[in-house]
Order: sequence, then C-alpha cells, then structure tokens
Amino acid sequence: MAVRFTPWLIAIAALVLGILFPWLKTPLIIALSYGFAALGVSILIRAGQVSFGHAGFTCLAGYAAAAISRTWPATDALVLLLAGVLCGLVSGAVVGLFVARYRAIFFGMLNLALSMVLFAVLGKFYHITGGTDGLRLERPPLAGMALERAPFETALLAIVAVLVVVACWAIRRFYAAPMGQALIAIKTNEVRLEYLGLSARRVFWTGYVISATLCGFSGAMFALIQGLVTPEMGYWVRSGEFVFIAILGGAAHPVGAFIGALGFETLKLVASAVMTGIWQLVIGVVLLILIFVAPNGLSAILVRFERRTRTV
Amino acid sequence: MQSLLQIRGLTLSFGAVVVAAGYDFDLHANERLAVIGANGAGKTTFINMVTGYIKPNAGTISFDGRDITKLNPREIVRLGVGRSFQLPQLFLEQTVRESIELSVVARSRRLSMFTPLAASASSKEVDHVLEVVGLTARAHELCSSLPEGHRKLLDVAMALVLQPKLLIMDEPTSGVAADEKHPLMATIMGALAERKVTSIFVEHDVDIVNKYATRVAAWISGRIAADGSPEKVMNDPEVRSVVLGH
Repeated sequence: MAVRFTPWLIAIAALVLGILFPWLKTPLIIALSYGFAALGVSILIRAGQVSFGHAGFTCLAGYAAAAISRTWPATDALVLLLAGVLCGLVSGAVVGLFVARYRAIFFGMLNLALSMVLFAVLGKFYHITGGTDGLRLERPPLAGMALERAPFETALLAIVAVLVVVACWAIRRFYAAPMGQALIAIKTNEVRLEYLGLSARRVFWTGYVISATLCGFSGAMFALIQGLVTPEMGYWVRSGEFVFIAILGGAAHPVGAFIGALGFETLKLVASAVMTGIWQLVIGVVLLILIFVAPNGLSAILVRFERRTRTV
Repeated sequence: MQSLLQIRGLTLSFGAVVVAAGYDFDLHANERLAVIGANGAGKTTFINMVTGYIKPNAGTISFDGRDITKLNPREIVRLGVGRSFQLPQLFLEQTVRESIELSVVARSRRLSMFTPLAASASSKEVDHVLEVVGLTARAHELCSSLPEGHRKLLDVAMALVLQPKLLIMDEPTSGVAADEKHPLMATIMGALAERKVTSIFVEHDVDIVNKYATRVAAWISGRIAADGSPEKVMNDPEVRSVVLGH
C-alpha cells in the first residue's frame, strides 16, 4: 500500500463509515479536525521544535467563528471556516514574530504561556466570552442552504474528508520545496543556513504561520460540529494532545497527523468505555510502547514499507 | 590597487585575553593566504570577526570597498564572503545532493513554497559541483553518513556554490587522514582556481602552506607577527620559535 494513497483511504473510509454508522460522524469530524491541528504541530516538529500551545490558535479561531456567527447569524458555514483559517493565519503571523526567535524548551514554554493567557482572558471576560460556559452558536446555513442536523454533519464530514487529501498533498509539496527543506534544515544546522545567506528566523516564521493556519481551520471546524466553544479548547492539555497525536502519527509524512488523530480518538473512545476511570493511563502506556516500537510514529512505518517495496 | 579585504585597528579581547591587538591587514584579489599560528593565537576569532559572527571592540573591516564591521553573517555572505568551518556545518538529515541544491537556491534568496527543490536548482550546476568536489557517487547519501574528508569537501562546496568573491576556510584539512590532506587541498584549490575565488585558509601543515599559499600571515597572541611570501614567513625567527616550534 503506497503511503501516497493513504490520505484517500482515510477520506473514503471516513465518508463510508460516517454514512453507514451516522453516530460516528461527529467523532470522525472531531478526530480529523484534531488531525489538522496535529499536522500544524508536526510541521514544527520537522524543524525540531515542539509547541505546547497550539491549541491556543484552534481556540482563537473557534471563538472567532462563534463570534461572527452570533453577530451575523446568517453567515454561511463556509465563510466561518474561512474566517477560522484567516484567524489562524493572522494570529500565527503576529505571534510568530515573537516566538520564532526562540528554540527548544523556550519555544515550547513560550507557546504554552501565550495559550494560557488566552485561556485566562476567555475565562475572565464573562460578558464578552461567556466565561467558562463558553459561547454557543446556532447551526449556520451551508452553501446557502439551511440544513437539518444529519445532512449538515454529512456535509461537514465531506468537507473535512476532501481537505485531508488536499492538506496532505499541499504539505507534502511544501516539505519537498526549498522553503520546506530549509525548515527541516533548522533542526540540524541553523548556523549553516545563515551562512548560506538565509534567515533561519524567517524560514521558521513561515513554518509557524502555516502551522497556525492549519490550527485555525481545525478550531473553526470543531466549533461548527460542537455548536459550542469553551476556553477548554485552548487549555494546555489540548495542546499536549496535539503533540501526542503528532508523535503517534509521526512527522515523516503529513498523513501521519490524521492516522495519529484517528488512532488517538479511537483509543480514547475505547479506553474511556472499557476502563472509564483510568483511560489516561491506557493512553500513557500506549505512548510508552510506541516510543519503543515506532519511535518515528505510525507514518514512518508506512514510509519505510513503501521504500522497501520500491527497492525490491 | 584597492584591496578586497581591508582591516584597520582591529581590536578584541575576552577579559584579559587579547585576541586582536589592534592590527591592520589587507588582502588583494586572487591571493591565497594561509593563516598560521598556535592554538589561541586568534585565528578563528579573526575569521569570526570578518564573517560577522563576533563583533570587534574597535576597528573597521571593509570588504570590496564597503564597511562590514557591523553587519551580521547573513548580510556579509550576501556581499560575497563564503565560509567553511573547522567542524563542518552540514544539514545532517538531508542528502549531499539536497544540501548542494539548497545552497544553489539560497543564492537567489527566493525560497519557493511549492516547486520541488530538485526543480528549483539547475541540475546541471548541481551535477558539476558534485563532480568538482568528487562527491557524485555519494550524492544520495545522508550528510550524517559521510566520512570527515567528504564532510569537509561538502562544507566547502556549499560555500562555493554561493559564488563568493572571497572564501574563508577554517582548517580545511584538520581531522582528515594524513594521506588524504593533499588530494583534498588539490580538489579545493582546483575548484577555487576554476572560479577565480580569492581565499584565506587556516592551516597547521607546513607542506600544505608551502604548496598552496601565495602569502602567509602568522598570528601570535592576537597580532600579526609576520606577513609575506611563504619563504619569508616560514624563515622568520619568531615564527620559527613560537609557531613552528623549531
């Protein structure tokens, strides 16, 4: 099985499962929207950096979508998604100006700190943000049509499925392009990058903006399917989940983020049903096993398998 | 004739240790200067100051008629000063070919987000560079798997691709097996001659200095103790006793 067909496989499987078992639609959309955020995190992992604050971008985009929808209830769901993407892009560009100077633990902690500032602000400004209760948003029209819940969810699932394929293709192109290669070079040698006349900070900033943009889409999609945004969306635990998913799936191929997200959500569903009290323990054990069995994530196994079949 | 590199009153000290004692220095186009000196004499610091990695306490550095004293490494590279390192600075998770391609693309300073790297760099140029430095057979290996001699060559090649007017090499033959030093220098100097690049190289091996340098400068405790033709400097009494240990 070629790794390049895996995004198609995920998209088709998600659509088929969602149509056969309608109760699966919501968890599938949530899982795949987490996949977009984890893909954003894994782009930075390619540069050797781990952010523990990217849920902040999903949260901000979710609130932006909710605020627009509450102010102008007739706003189309597609416009809300686009607003989320733009929110991620703009906030990533601004925050990136500051954090792109830092590396390693300082980068990780600074992202975490900024996301927690947002979390605190959203919790305290009750009159604007609804405090810890969050903001509710009514189901918006989609492509000009007012849809019932079931077809609305199906449409969202279709959008997410198509965008999984598009995102995997686009990010793979990015990794292979000079900017993506320069980003990967940050992990091993920034000094050389500077002595090639390139600005490592600018390269990293570009990667950061792309990662925040993906998180923006993730947050808006999450807001649409949940019909509710809360500060929890930006809590550090959520950022940690994105990192977990990115590691589980691996950064070898963009599809890893989606494999990781589906794996993580399935694990969470099963573990919380079977071992309700200790589901976090199960996830922790799985992470430990993974570090030994597949330290570069599940997608690395696929990539390796493909290389082997090609050379045979 | 105006000098390519002009240094006036370069001064730097780290606490009580003087690494640049206010020296003047001029380098002309097409010279091949060997820098010799004992450990701690200030050779690498000299390179670090010229390439903008360390700022001097006082003095000026001009390159090609422009004051570069306060510029950062990136800006100095863009003006035409290439550098290779004592410990090769490579992209360890990328292949030899990718490293050269990235260097070719870096020259234009436009990094595409969508066109593949291999299509952004002229494959003819990349092939030629790989051939000149003798790395064609290892083009698809990861840089981390290269032996030291090949790492040094790749390090120099990445700087050369930028088409510098001046290439500064910090100990290009250190860490390389004795019988590989001369072939390595012959390869590098051949590539430099082909491109008419002026060069400065730090070197400890007297044979290599005598064979490849047109001029030698000896650093002793942060000052230039002797400067001139290889015969003159190598026979200087102070250089013989302090640097060469005779």
